[in-house]
Amino acid sequence: MTLLTIEGLTKAYPGVLANDHVSFTIEPGEIHALLGENGAGKSTLVKMIYGLVRPDSGRMALHGHPFAPHKPGEARAAGVSMVFQHFSLFEALTVAENITLGMENAPPRAELSARIRDVSQEYGLPLDPDRLVGDLSVGERQRVEIVRCLLQNPRLLIMDEPTSVLTPQEVDTLFQTLRKLSAEGVAILYISHKLDEIRTLCQRATVLRGGKVVAECTPADETARSLAEMMIGGELAMPKARSFSPGEPILRVMELSLPSQTPFGTDLDRITFQVRAGEILGIGGVAGNGQDELMAALTGERAVAEEMIVLSGRHIGRTGPDRRRILGLLTAPEQRLGHAAAPAMSLTENAFLTGRSRQKLDSLGFVNRESTRSFARAIIERFDVRTPGAATPAQALSGGNLQKYVIGREVLQKPAALVVNQPTWGVDAAAAAAIRQSIRDLAAQGSAVVVISQDLDELMEISDTFAVLAGGALSVPQPAAGLSVEKIGLMMGGNLAEEADHAEA
Amino acid sequence: MDFSALNPIALVASLVVAATPLLFAALGELVTEKSGVLNLGVEGMMIFGAICGFAISVESGSPWLGLVAAAIGGALISLIFGVLTQVLLSNQVATGLALTMFGLGLAALIGQPYAGIKPPSFPKLDLPVLSDLPVIGPLLFQYDYMVYVSLALTVGIWLFLTRSRAGLVLRAVGENHDAAHSLGYNVILIRLAAIAFGGACAGLGGAYLSLIRVPQWTEGMTAGAGWIALAIVVFASWKPWRVLLGAYLFGGVTILQLNLQALGISIQSQYLSMTPYLVTIIVLVIMSADRSRAALNAPASLGRVFHKTG
Amino acid sequence: MLRLEPRRRPSKLMLGLTPVLAVIATMIAGGILFAILGKNPVEAIRIIFIDPFLDPFSRTELLVKGAPLVLIAIGLSLGFRANIWNIGAEGQFVIGALAGGATGLAFYPMEGIWILPVMAIAGAAGGFAWAMIPAFLKIRFNANEILVSLMLVYVAILLLSALVSGPLRDPDGFNFPESRLFHDSATLPIIISGSRAHAGVLVALASVVIAYVLLNRHVLGYQIKLTGQAPKAAAFAGVNANRIIAICLGTSGALAGLAGMFEAAGPVGQLVPALPVGYGFTAIIVAFLGRLNPIGILLAGGVMALTYIGGETAQLTLSLPAAAISVFQGMLLFFLLAMDILITYRVRIRRTEVA
Repeated sequence: MTLLTIEGLTKAYPGVLANDHVSFTIEPGEIHALLGENGAGKSTLVKMIYGLVRPDSGRMALHGHPFAPHKPGEARAAGVSMVFQHFSLFEALTVAENITLGMENAPPRAELSARIRDVSQEYGLPLDPDRLVGDLSVGERQRVEIVRCLLQNPRLLIMDEPTSVLTPQEVDTLFQTLRKLSAEGVAILYISHKLDEIRTLCQRATVLRGGKVVAECTPADETARSLAEMMIGGELAMPKARSFSPGEPILRVMELSLPSQTPFGTDLDRITFQVRAGEILGIGGVAGNGQDELMAALTGERAVAEEMIVLSGRHIGRTGPDRRRILGLLTAPEQRLGHAAAPAMSLTENAFLTGRSRQKLDSLGFVNRESTRSFARAIIERFDVRTPGAATPAQALSGGNLQKYVIGREVLQKPAALVVNQPTWGVDAAAAAAIRQSIRDLAAQGSAVVVISQDLDELMEISDTFAVLAGGALSVPQPAAGLSVEKIGLMMGGNLAEEADHAEA
Repeated sequence: MDFSALNPIALVASLVVAATPLLFAALGELVTEKSGVLNLGVEGMMIFGAICGFAISVESGSPWLGLVAAAIGGALISLIFGVLTQVLLSNQVATGLALTMFGLGLAALIGQPYAGIKPPSFPKLDLPVLSDLPVIGPLLFQYDYMVYVSLALTVGIWLFLTRSRAGLVLRAVGENHDAAHSLGYNVILIRLAAIAFGGACAGLGGAYLSLIRVPQWTEGMTAGAGWIALAIVVFASWKPWRVLLGAYLFGGVTILQLNLQALGISIQSQYLSMTPYLVTIIVLVIMSADRSRAALNAPASLGRVFHKTG
Repeated sequence: MLRLEPRRRPSKLMLGLTPVLAVIATMIAGGILFAILGKNPVEAIRIIFIDPFLDPFSRTELLVKGAPLVLIAIGLSLGFRANIWNIGAEGQFVIGALAGGATGLAFYPMEGIWILPVMAIAGAAGGFAWAMIPAFLKIRFNANEILVSLMLVYVAILLLSALVSGPLRDPDGFNFPESRLFHDSATLPIIISGSRAHAGVLVALASVVIAYVLLNRHVLGYQIKLTGQAPKAAAFAGVNANRIIAICLGTSGALAGLAGMFEAAGPVGQLVPALPVGYGFTAIIVAFLGRLNPIGILLAGGVMALTYIGGETAQLTLSLPAAAISVFQGMLLFFLLAMDILITYRVRIRRTEVA
């Protein structure tokens, strides 16, 4: 008997039809992929199944009975559990407290702890119930979410982009767990845009585009390319090959150590690398391994010892962000709204944010509005930013367009060295391709580029050299060509010492 | 100067009485802040509670009814803040300030006819034998009932926050309201309840001032006690036992300076009256200096606006 | 069922319209309050909001009350824009009056046109120094500026009381706790004869113009706005957050101190314990009602001055309690904050649909 039937679900938000008559079914024990680009409507759909969002119209049936959860508790009681992409966890609480918060009828403390240990052992997801979640790695946090679901004996487990934060080895472990669950009859609705994963894991796939179901298929019978084309509804543009001939070292980081300032942050431990003119260094690693701290040291938001950062032979560790820009080191942080750009300010005002000194947009302390506006317009034009105009506030732009603007703002200033963090995170495929191309073009013109990203595919595509940040330490950078996924996975797991041994051997 | 005029037992007893209004107000604010809401209107809620309690006591002749009215009044006025910040998403700092100004004004308006009146007196604990013991009697068993209520409240809040599921949910909401929402908890309702509880406690604290400690009504009689209660929550790193400690510390400072004034010390009285405010500043500085520890203990969502999408 | 829907960009219309709506809502709610107090609501509202315009002396009094409110609110608005909450302007006002007044008294009975400028500098410096205490403690020790600046209000008022009953007491004043009257060279010139409108009014107007230019044209204004809207973006841009804290608190302290000195050397004419009448707190309402915008603050300062003057008249003619005006002002801020939501959200009526 069919587990979940979805018929004609529709949900509209102001200005966008997030789900448009979506229908499909999920069978017991099936691993069912829900595929689609950012903004295709996947999140809205699963939120409706989980009772977080009410559909405008359409119906669902679970085990043949009408199913219309008003809140997550009702969905959980009916056997539907969900693991969120951005975890619904509380850092300052313990694992057991986090789990009990997500359960309808939580057992007393001691019993719960015992059950957490049992279930986590059984499914190969070891957890200590008394640790603070804030002290756990991202992979361990996901285990907390999964164990929380498993303790409630779900019939359907929804997983939203579960592997985007995991090392390849952790992904393998997760897949084993999911297959075991599937064998026990638990259906899994697996949301991802990673096509290879879906091809190896999932038995069926439903593809969403623009809020509509555009295809259903058996992933194993498809190629990654054909799946991608279903997703984007067109031809996939392949990256142009690039010849790489490095010049002089531009940016050097030497023995950079920095204690974290946030309660659950990561201390940086003697990070050392250099980037030459024309080179793109990719820095991979799972989030929370020191990316934010490294970025803060490179942007100049946090001062370090003067000799730890060297730009074209000049020590700039203590130099502030504005002065660094004048010297040629430009950066683009991960968070678009609120860090790289001020949400309520216009694109013009946001152009002034980093363009002020290098583009000479002020005189005698007064903002030169005309030249700031023309700089903003130049970015919009050059990088194909879709916006009504430069007076539009940053928050009114789509993620992809704002990201193009933010990266474009730095690229257009012809940096000697550019550091970007997660340049295509949460961006649609077309914008991502455009951003990667602009980074590549910049390197081709002789800039030194550092790309920090959690997306290994992206790093493999654009990096000349590659290193991994794990536990606040950086592996020795090495040529990206010829690195195997297994080797990268070991590096990401924090196995830097072993990695170094291999390098010496 | 003659220090022998100071009776240590009487000093401690008056310290406890001076600390109790602060303890009530700070415990209430602790619960509010644990839910992630920063209500700067404590001063306004306290003084409103002070006049509600006073007026109802005088009109009804029952101090107990007055206390109930103070708690209800404090809760009601706090809900103005609650609706504004939680439903209409207004800025918590500005709204808290508005609550203080509004409360001070409204209390003064209601209190006009009550200036100079003596409220019905409040019963004190009188246990056979125990209350009559020398030293121990006055130190432990001769206070008004509300002192014991405030101590019980401290224990109760501690148990609630650390042992109960409802307390866990409250802390979770204060820690990460988005996660709590996605697990299906009603963030707004929980916060409104915490705000109302904070208001009720502040109201009780105010009524303790006007009915028991002073006891009479004067305009602006809280004189910054609500703000000191806010500082005590910071001092306590959001822990109920340390709120108790903080309140008694400030009670001690207040009593000490009052007694020094009474002794006719050769410093102008105004300078002695400054001490509680200066001590508050010093305590804030000491407790805030260690940034990472301050960040670890504070509820992570404190003061942030929650708007559920979808 | 009503539902809030985020706007893609803040509504400029609502930004300007909501303060007006808030004033109207306050008039209505205030009318109800007055009716409960047994007063004729229409008459009370007329006395408070209309009558001050009809009488020439009251019109100039608007300037006298409005000037300190605008001057203080302009300073506060800079900080509020940057999420720096100086709510101790009342204390800085007192210290400014003390420093300026004590300077004037120190030169007694000397004469010269240089005395007032020196007093003004001393007043501004006093307010500045008092505001730098929370600034320093915030920068160096991360202490909350709201609580520190507020505690210092009580300290300042006690200090004023101590000094006027101590060193600054009028030697010929029969032990009353107040200073001697300032002599002519230490008293502000009157700009409209027959009124109390003093030169401080012109300074308040100048502060509006300067603040307008600063916020709309100058890099510092940009940095202040950026710090408030997106502190991480400000750090990324290279804005020194500590410098912004010091500038915002220092400027608002200096302006509040100046207002205090003007009040002492203007309408009051001496140092008395009752000098602070709440301008420092009312200015917070003025700043919000004016949307933290210099022009808006100028208008809002006028509205609040109106409630002061009209309130005084209403006290006399209707025997309305003085506290009613504070309630009135508190309500105004509540209404304004409640209506803020219309700027960033659209209120929609949701059909309750059946799936």
